[in-house]
Amino acid sequence: MTELKLNTYETVALNQVKIWFKAAPASKFPKDGGACIKYKDKQIAVFNFSREGTWYACQNLCPHKMEMVLSRGMIGEERLEAKVACPLHKNTFSLKTGNHLNGDLGAIATYPVKVENDFVYVGFSE
Amino acid sequence: MKTIIVVGNGMVGYKFCEKFVAREESDRFKLVVFGEEPRAAYDRVHLSEFFENQDAQALELAPIDWYADNGIELIVNERVTDIHRKTKSITTASDAEYQYDYLVLATGSVPFVPPIQGVEKEGVFVYRTIEDLEGMLAYAEKVKEVKPNGKAAILGGGLLGLEAGKAVMDMGLEPHVVEYAPKLMPRQLDARSSNVLQLTLENMGIHIHSGKATNRILGNGSITGMDFGEDDTLEVDMLVVSAGIRPRDELGKTCDLEMGVRGGIVVNDQMQTSDPHIYAIGEVALYNQMIYGLVAPGYEMAEVAVNQILQNGTVRMQKEIDMSTKLKLIGVDVASFGIPYMPAEKGLSIIYENKTKGIYKRINVSHDGKTLLGGIMVGDAEDYSILHQMYLNNMPLPDNAEELIVGARGEGGSPFGSAMDLPDTAIICSCEAVTKGAVCCSVLEDGHETVKAVARATKATTGCGGCKPMVADLVKESLKTLGKTVKERICEHFDYSRQELFDIVKLRGIQDYDELIDTVGNGHGCEVCKPAVAAIFASIYNETANKQNTIQDTNDRYLANIQRNGTYSVVPRVAGGEITPKQLMAMGRIAQKYDLYTKITGGQRIDMFGAKLHELPLIWEELIKEGFETGQAYGKSLRTVKSCVGSTWCRYGMDESVSFAVEIEHRYKGIRSPHKLKGGVSGCIRECAEARCKDFGFIAVEGGWNVYVAGNGGANPRHAELLAEKVDKKTALTYVDRFIMYYIKTAQPLQRTAPWLEKLEGGITYLQNVVINDSLGIAAELDLEMQALVDSYTCEWKEAVETPEIRERYTHFVNSDETDDNIEFVSLREQKMPKEWA
Ligand code: SRM
Ligand SMILES: Cc1cc2nc3c(=O)[nH]c(=O)nc-3n(C[C@H](O)[C@H](O)[C@H](O)COP(=O)(O)OP(=O)(O)OC[C@H]3O[C@@H](n4cnc5c(N)ncnc54)[C@H](O)[C@@H]3O)c2cc1C
Ligand code: SF4
Ligand code: FES
Repeated sequence: MTELKLNTYETVALNQVKIWFKAAPASKFPKDGGACIKYKDKQIAVFNFSREGTWYACQNLCPHKMEMVLSRGMIGEERLEAKVACPLHKNTFSLKTGNHLNGDLGAIATYPVKVENDFVYVGFSE
Repeated sequence: MKTIIVVGNGMVGYKFCEKFVAREESDRFKLVVFGEEPRAAYDRVHLSEFFENQDAQALELAPIDWYADNGIELIVNERVTDIHRKTKSITTASDAEYQYDYLVLATGSVPFVPPIQGVEKEGVFVYRTIEDLEGMLAYAEKVKEVKPNGKAAILGGGLLGLEAGKAVMDMGLEPHVVEYAPKLMPRQLDARSSNVLQLTLENMGIHIHSGKATNRILGNGSITGMDFGEDDTLEVDMLVVSAGIRPRDELGKTCDLEMGVRGGIVVNDQMQTSDPHIYAIGEVALYNQMIYGLVAPGYEMAEVAVNQILQNGTVRMQKEIDMSTKLKLIGVDVASFGIPYMPAEKGLSIIYENKTKGIYKRINVSHDGKTLLGGIMVGDAEDYSILHQMYLNNMPLPDNAEELIVGARGEGGSPFGSAMDLPDTAIICSCEAVTKGAVCCSVLEDGHETVKAVARATKATTGCGGCKPMVADLVKESLKTLGKTVKERICEHFDYSRQELFDIVKLRGIQDYDELIDTVGNGHGCEVCKPAVAAIFASIYNETANKQNTIQDTNDRYLANIQRNGTYSVVPRVAGGEITPKQLMAMGRIAQKYDLYTKITGGQRIDMFGAKLHELPLIWEELIKEGFETGQAYGKSLRTVKSCVGSTWCRYGMDESVSFAVEIEHRYKGIRSPHKLKGGVSGCIRECAEARCKDFGFIAVEGGWNVYVAGNGGANPRHAELLAEKVDKKTALTYVDRFIMYYIKTAQPLQRTAPWLEKLEGGITYLQNVVINDSLGIAAELDLEMQALVDSYTCEWKEAVETPEIRERYTHFVNSDETDDNIEFVSLREQKMPKEWA
């Protein structure tokens, strides 16, 4: 079951994007915070890191206890590597590589994001 | 390119790989590693933690990708079955053949199972691998189903046996430790210390049976008991055998390497076996006619083997291997170093024993009183590291050697001097063999300024972590010599303590997080500084968490406590625990409508659990209509003021405790602080409200109120201290106003009042001077600041439900009205609860 859930999420690199999914207006994502979107059966956390001027997306599923919570986590940066802290037990994950920064749970999946005409798009390969 | 084959991917085999790939020359070699276990190497030393979380991944020494990333071919689940020395090749259980130039045997050891009649019965386990633990857990569950008070025995009262004892206790079985020798930990402890340890463990509920030889395991198919002969039996439902280890040397035997008489593959000080192309390291290697059952010597062997293979002949194994250990057994410190005990002709012993406190310390000193030969500590091993270092480095002893274990009398401080007195070559971190010199150099020359940075650079503290206090000392002292003080800085983004930031925000009138980090910080912040700064803004401007919601901790951000499955709890304020029947009914109705689990909390109010994110504003809207306001159960702010019923009803009451509690709860509600605040009011010294374990408490006495501050329940309970005696209500409130405000301004993030007062120089007397005698001349300012906070209270849930932009935050998806289908509930005593974590 847990395996199944985790396997739903795989990192998509920019050059693998086949579909730019039109997710929601940019205003739905708080400044320096995140919100969750649904794409098919996936839950994706999207972050508006406005201090950096960058957008990030990753799976909403925290691999620690398999809860759909990462979009509600706080974002920040550790030596300039953007990261999100899970709201449940503060495990932190890099938003760039998905790597687990304060332990060795596996990496989480990350997705490319672009903003056009004030609309947020997330890149998927299928 | 030459090939090295490593047989065994345990702790030492892994360390060999780690050390090997760290070397530049290693790219001339190809590393192939075989591991018989189904997973990559994990931390066996912390194996018992698997019982707590059953998280095998957490124990991994390196993620499986690490091997490939470093050019290592790792083949798990594959046993090497034969070595063909002539052709320099090996075969595996699946009949594959591989060539090697060098072979490294790191096959470790297996638990020794004595040939007792019946040991093959079901329910008998050993304790070495994750699979063993999984087997034990499953079996314990089966036992508990039929026998809720089942018993488990451990055969062997050594270090591992006692750890296993704790493990079965945590599984909910009654633990019994059976030891053949007349005492526990016979190899490390003398009789008296063993006794002290036994008493402590027995008090914790572990049954100890020493001096018992087990003749037979009883039971028909599965174990039901143990027979010690002469009608002496012990009924048990499960047994864990922990009677020592035997090296896994079968490969060495079949290919005719030189073996020890009692097993183990003989190696020289280069870790070479009798075949110069074959090395052996770790628990399979017999060095100095010894098998060392600890990781540190194994890691050192790995280092030697790496150097030898890379043709650096000078690095060799030391002649004498230090077997000193310090561990926390079931929460009890146990340490032994050097020669732990010996006959009187070899040296003199100084012994301190305090059975009531479960403490035993012994040091052995040479006849001339000049050198430390070894020692034992049970119950309190705080000074182990420094004593161990004195022993290792042959440092001179103080004139009164007894002060080393009983503490220095009179003035003059510690008898040890400081960690800085150690020679540079002293090994501080024995797991990673990091010297004092390396730690200091990392600070002085490489510019690392925190323990974390030094750990990253040198690997010190990353093994068992036992050396952390000493490394912290060295870092601090080294910084001092550079003229730098160790600053309590919040995190990498602000070079200030919380108190300094508080003053900066206030003096410069800074209004939001971005402004603060742009003017006095750097980078973009993190989950440590953001909530800390949020609390500062709240304490100065009394702004609600709604204003800068993305810098709040998750609970504050959504004004509710997040629960195990990502749902939330709802806790309205019930000041003083007083509630009308009408309000009770309203709460009941709302809880029923939204299908919430309800429980009376330990803080005298009602918690409703299991609300989904989008339901929160709906629920609060209804609660507010019924006259409730937020209880701030999510905030670092006032929680509850507990009260007893007091003189209104109680025949002993000296004053009206409920009225007073309601009044102060309303006074302080909504005020943000470094950590949560709790109060209590009792109507007499019987103290039914437990006011003395609260941050502030009032107890009615003849002639007024006694005021107590800085109590704490929780993880480190501490009784509150008396701040003022027999004062009237108004004075009592003034003192507590000032106390809270002073705490808010000076404490560190997430520091409760109790540890704050403990750290405050001068303690309660100093605080009395500030609060009562106005020794700092700030009383008037504190009064004003507190009154401003009291006057500007708003219910943040009211604000949230009435403001459309804030309400909008309460949705699981921003692009769909669906709810999170990952949330599952199961039923529980006519209510519900989240589904277990997998
Ligand atoms: C609900 C409750 C348990 C219950 O069912 O009774 C509870 C539940 C939680 N407590 Fe507690 N504590 C509750 C009373 C207590 C008490 C008893 C009391 O207040 O009289 C204590 C000991 C007294 C004390 O604090 O000194 C207590 C000591 C803690 C601690 C340890 C604090 C410490 O200083 O060591 C934590 C952890 C922390 O705050 O960092 C904690 C943390 C928590 C958290 C917030 C953990 C979390 O972050 O999820 C729990 C979630 C509450 C929720 O979701 O609503 N809870 N907790 C109680 C709520 C009281 C209320 O009405 O607000
Ligand atoms: C519960 C527990 C607690 C401990 N606590 C401490 C402690 O506090 N301090 C301390 O210093 N030490 C402690 N130890 C001991 C420590 O774990 C060992 O010293 C260390 O693991 C030895 O490492 P190793 O690589 O030699 O052996 P192992 O870690 O046992 O690794 C050997 C590996 O080789 C594999 N293998 C064997 N034969 C073959 C083959 N033919 N082909 C392929 N693979 C093979 C095995 O399956 C195993 O995975 C503890 C041990 C246990 C079990
Ligand atoms: S004691 Fe622990 S488990 Fe119980 S409510 Fe408090 S924090 Fe949660
Ligand atoms: S569930 Fe995310 S850290 Fe525990």
